[in-house]
Amino acid sequence: MKILAAIKPIPNPDEKVKIKPDGTGIILDNIKMVINPFCEIAVEEGLRIKEKLGGEVVILTIGTREDEQQIRTALAMGADRAVLVEAEKGLDALAVAKFMARVVEREKPDLVLLGKQAVDDDNSQVGQILAALLSWPQATFASRVELVAGGKKAQITREVDGGLETIEVSLPAVVTTDLRLNEPRYASLPGIMKAKKKELMVIPGASLGVDAAPKVRILSIAPPKERAAGRKVADVAELVAKLRNESKVL
Amino acid sequence: MADVLVIVEHQDGVFRKTTLSTITAAKAFANLIRGEVDALVLGSGVAAVADTVMAYGVRKVLLGEGAVFAKYLAVTYASSVAQVVKEKGYGAVFAPASTFGKDFMPRLSGLLDAPLASDIVGMTREGEKVRVQRAIYAGNAIATVELIGSPILFTVRQTAFDAAVPTGATATVEAISVSADPGETAFVSRHETKSDRPELTEARVIVSAGRGIKAQENFKVVEELADLFHAAVGASRAVVDAGWAPNDWQVGQTGKIVAPELYIALGISGAIQHLAGMKDSKVIVAINKDEEAPIFEVADYGLVADLFKAVPEMIAELNHHKKQSL
Repeated sequence: MKILAAIKPIPNPDEKVKIKPDGTGIILDNIKMVINPFCEIAVEEGLRIKEKLGGEVVILTIGTREDEQQIRTALAMGADRAVLVEAEKGLDALAVAKFMARVVEREKPDLVLLGKQAVDDDNSQVGQILAALLSWPQATFASRVELVAGGKKAQITREVDGGLETIEVSLPAVVTTDLRLNEPRYASLPGIMKAKKKELMVIPGASLGVDAAPKVRILSIAPPKERAAGRKVADVAELVAKLRNESKVL
Repeated sequence: MADVLVIVEHQDGVFRKTTLSTITAAKAFANLIRGEVDALVLGSGVAAVADTVMAYGVRKVLLGEGAVFAKYLAVTYASSVAQVVKEKGYGAVFAPASTFGKDFMPRLSGLLDAPLASDIVGMTREGEKVRVQRAIYAGNAIATVELIGSPILFTVRQTAFDAAVPTGATATVEAISVSADPGETAFVSRHETKSDRPELTEARVIVSAGRGIKAQENFKVVEELADLFHAAVGASRAVVDAGWAPNDWQVGQTGKIVAPELYIALGISGAIQHLAGMKDSKVIVAINKDEEAPIFEVADYGLVADLFKAVPEMIAELNHHKKQSL
């Protein structure tokens, strides 16, 4: 089983972002870059499938050389090798998926795993677009992936509004991961040492013949409306009185 | 000018209200580009859904029925919508940013090579151009976005646009012929979270529990408080991860985005990801033992207290008032 797991480096999601005063972006100084948490889950799932069925897990990033550290982290978790497509920054989801499709055509994996969304720009698009470009089945928001029919098919349980839904897809397929799929492992020290020597193939994006001109252009960003500062109440009686008389929601 | 198509969400023939805010957003957009709004219902035996949608001020409702649509699949929806958009020349497509719209709309984007703005929260017009706003970085920044080309696609955050109301006019229903091939994808089963409560995204009041609830059996006290308001019950990620609450109760950046009139957070610390899902609520109440908890920064009323003591007191206080007002 050959698995491609895509990762996107993003600013640490547990830190509140600061917006540049001119609205052209966010301030990235002193912010640690990490693998998008949903992508980590995708890598972990790939590793678990490989541990069960054998095969290879290949990491894929559409980004820049600056992303090498996060790629090495994924390799340290246990992935076998990595492909980095070097592209300009500010790609939209369509462009990212088009680059990925070119790599998939070369690598011919049985399964492509991606996070259900990157928690920086919160689009939740790339996996589904990739599936469309490849004319492959898709299963989004996976909380369980079970390979059946001798690894020819997968049953995927999806987290949807209202509950859970299970679908069956033939491989090759694109699966995007939700939070409950697994708990990603930490890279071990030997894993980190080994990762340094693992193959990282860098493909210049320009060589892939993809029209990457953005069709979704971010013109500016601004802070959201701030809530007025809240206040503390002394006890339950005061709380209920405020809800009744001040905010009148009771 | 080009017209706008709304994809109607239903669950096995039951109309979902997520569509109503999508209709409002689509109408606002159509006004800006001087076009008309049509709706598309795909399914099997879903004429009643089309009849429901007729009342909400769309020009016409396209009804595409077939056994292949009996169970929703992204692959059949995306290819049929692509077919309709191409044949009829729609300039824009709108769907709810629910797990329904989030699933098939990007696939449609790939099929049509058309840009998609996910989860939009507003729109503005500058000259002849329409721009949309969307939340990024867990709602800590709002991006103004321009989509280039035609058609262009949008999914709509339900809480950001009012639900459409019946206009008194009735649209016509036009049966259309669409086909789709599910190919290598098959529906297997669906497990519905059973509840008599309103849906999280539609509730007037939400009572939500975090790690401070400590165990699944302690949800009783949450439910009891929720009963008094006929409220929906929500949860933080930690609680869902622990298996104390079903996945579709999760409120947050990557779960449900809610904005009720009253949001009561019990034992929720208020991680960035949780705040992203509820900070547009009208009134926020937080009860937490830890006075440093970030939830207090967004709470209109914060009570530093043990929830297991405070919530029963609150229930007693509310019941007492109820009796007095009878």
